[in-house]
Amino acid sequence: MKRIRLFLVFLTCGLILWLLQLLLVPKYMTRTPEGALTGEYYAEAGYQDVIFIGDCEVYENFSPVTLWQEYGISSYIRGSAQQTIWQSYYLLEETFRYETPKVVVFNVLAMQYDTPADTGPGARREAYNRMTLDTMAWSLSKWRAIQASMTQEECNWQAELTYLFPILRYHERWNQLTREDFTYWFHRDQVSYNGYLMQTGIKPYTEEYLEPPPVNENFGPNSWMYLEKMVQLCEEKGSRLVLMKAPSLSPIWWDAWEAQIQSFAQSHDLLYVNLLEAAEEIGIDWSRDTYDAGLHLNVLGAEKTAAWFGEILSRDCGVPDRRNEEALALRWAEKIERYEQQKKEAGL
Amino acid sequence: MGFVSYSFVLSVGILLVVYYRISGKWQWPILLTASIAFVTAESGNTLAYLGGAALCAWSGGRWLRRNQTRFDRTTARRKNKVVLLLCLGTMLSVLCVCKVRFSFRNILLPLGISYYTFQAVGYLLDIHRGRETGTSNPLKLFLFLSYFPQLVQGPISRYSQLAPQLFAAHSYDPKQVSMGLQRLLWGYFKKLVIADRIAPAVSALRGNADAGIWLLSLLYGVQIYADFTGGMDIAIGLSQAFGIRLPENFLHPFGSKNVAEYWRRWHVTLGQWMRDYVFYPVSVSAPLRALNQQARKKLGPLGKRIPVYLASAVTWLCTGIWHGITPNFLVWGMMNWGVITISQELTPLYQRFHRRFSWTKQPWYGAWEAARTFCLMNLIRAVDLFPNVGTYFRRLGTIPDLSTAVWKALGLSGTDVGILLAGIGLMTCVSIVQTKAGSLRELMWDRPILRYSLTFALFLCVLLMGVYGVGYDQGNFIYNQF
Repeated sequence: MKRIRLFLVFLTCGLILWLLQLLLVPKYMTRTPEGALTGEYYAEAGYQDVIFIGDCEVYENFSPVTLWQEYGISSYIRGSAQQTIWQSYYLLEETFRYETPKVVVFNVLAMQYDTPADTGPGARREAYNRMTLDTMAWSLSKWRAIQASMTQEECNWQAELTYLFPILRYHERWNQLTREDFTYWFHRDQVSYNGYLMQTGIKPYTEEYLEPPPVNENFGPNSWMYLEKMVQLCEEKGSRLVLMKAPSLSPIWWDAWEAQIQSFAQSHDLLYVNLLEAAEEIGIDWSRDTYDAGLHLNVLGAEKTAAWFGEILSRDCGVPDRRNEEALALRWAEKIERYEQQKKEAGL
Repeated sequence: MGFVSYSFVLSVGILLVVYYRISGKWQWPILLTASIAFVTAESGNTLAYLGGAALCAWSGGRWLRRNQTRFDRTTARRKNKVVLLLCLGTMLSVLCVCKVRFSFRNILLPLGISYYTFQAVGYLLDIHRGRETGTSNPLKLFLFLSYFPQLVQGPISRYSQLAPQLFAAHSYDPKQVSMGLQRLLWGYFKKLVIADRIAPAVSALRGNADAGIWLLSLLYGVQIYADFTGGMDIAIGLSQAFGIRLPENFLHPFGSKNVAEYWRRWHVTLGQWMRDYVFYPVSVSAPLRALNQQARKKLGPLGKRIPVYLASAVTWLCTGIWHGITPNFLVWGMMNWGVITISQELTPLYQRFHRRFSWTKQPWYGAWEAARTFCLMNLIRAVDLFPNVGTYFRRLGTIPDLSTAVWKALGLSGTDVGILLAGIGLMTCVSIVQTKAGSLRELMWDRPILRYSLTFALFLCVLLMGVYGVGYDQGNFIYNQF
């Protein structure tokens, strides 16, 4: 009897703590929805033939809805803000636990960050890490992703614990709670369309970006190591890895970087597609297809990119058209409706 | 691995399970291993210092005992004086050198050096006085000195009190474990919710010369009380969970009506140590006995008190030095001595005053006396906040600017102020209830629902309102530095 009582006490306390944790973690619904992207994948896992991995250059520059509508390709973007290559790798590793896509498309811009220290000062780095990792499901891959995302000084099991039990990180958020926290206490709305975060604004690209060249023109050893691991992982799982540079004008994609990626792709017999160079062919209109002056594309640009890239996926990679699969088509129909509705509301 | 870390909390949880799972004879070696691990996690340096002190005290103790058993009393005392001089000289010199290095070159002190050195000194003096026989096992003495709950900031235990408990077998007692952990939680509440939340305001006021000293001394008083008693609650509560009762170090000192009483209730074990090993020996020393005789002849009743005051001055000087070898702490010690001596001299006057006016027996007058003592002690304590004594006295004379700008500069948000007021209110209420009705945990023991609810509520308060995590520089306890 005493043991049962004690068990019930612990159960009640655990439940209260869990509820509190759900309440206190940021919801990323109305502000910085990028933080919700990682967690949205799990409801869609198991249906994808193509997985895109990368940062904002992926989740804002490709529309999976277009890929479905035009080619019948079911794809998902596992991307989040400033997603590093090690995070991409572990997200991919996790993805293989749920499904084995035919093609994995990796955006190579993340190669520029060799170590966590390169990704910015501590607080900023932590904010991005949290957005990528907080909603990732518990697994060994998550544990490794957490460890890989912190600098040596930051990395200790106590800091890691706060990623597994976010209440320890957000314990003081109770005095910043907003209506959003209560509205989304137990559920989340979908902010993306299979990982695509729609942008509907228009801000033309007017001036060429002037950025100082990188201190080191060569990608670092850590980046290469993760790219190699990614190649191996895809080989093991029987997925085809495609390297891709998304069409964004800033950060600048340097010639030296391009040469290294081309050489790597050649030596590993990988398909590499530079969509930035193909921007004209794709038909990107930099005065209309971007919402932030060329850094990322809006939905008009994202649809063009997807339409162009879909041809490669379909023709060169043999990704099948699955529009005749009723159950899958139904899943997509709901998304398409929501997608069109958002476009319509934006007057596009 | 300080008290405020996830590793500490987790290690303690594992240790408790292991401690009560193994046979009683292995319990003290487990505590010894845990203490070594705790010290090593802090710094290997500390382990070397502790080992040295333990070796010195153990060999000194064996030597003292051997002389006592081999020689007649007079010879033994003579020989033992040399042994004592050697051992105490070594240990106290190491302590002084470390404190000088800390005071003037800011080189960190080995963890808990002031506490374990005093315990070691007390151990040797007790053997010398025949009150203690000591131990033949150096590891047992090492555990007595390094016992991790009390190593960081005391209390300063006596071997005769602690050893029998440390080396006895303890069977699992749910009440002791539960009450110990509740007290530990209460300690975390004081430390993380009150002391560490008020700390930035104290730092801000410290650097603001216009703010004067009154508000600073008040906030610092609250901070150091919550910090030190919080640390004590963690130490005593944790030890209680192991079935080992450590001596109390605080007896609700803010209810004291005069400074002498305050010092009997604040840092009790240090006060008792100073009384037994400094004040009494100095009082009965040959020079003071001679002075006593001379002064009585020449000054009458006042002459009787002068040696006592002198012994008291030496004791306060030592207490100041124990806190730090800096002019600030020497002045602090002498200010305490001065106030206590003046109060002592004015006692007949107070007594007449109290007899003359019956309203002094009213509760409000008692509250006024407590408030007066509280403010006075806060002001005296504030001397250690400043880089030098001159600054302290200048700030003491400054008319405080309590404009909105000063309040804003405290860096406390409305939430902080609310939490602090509620926390301090709770701490005061608990203190009052404890004074009037005894242990709250004892009172709650037979009401499991209330006990579970309050414990969990306290846990939630620490979890949600505690100052820890990202951006928090793990606040060491203020008394760790001594």
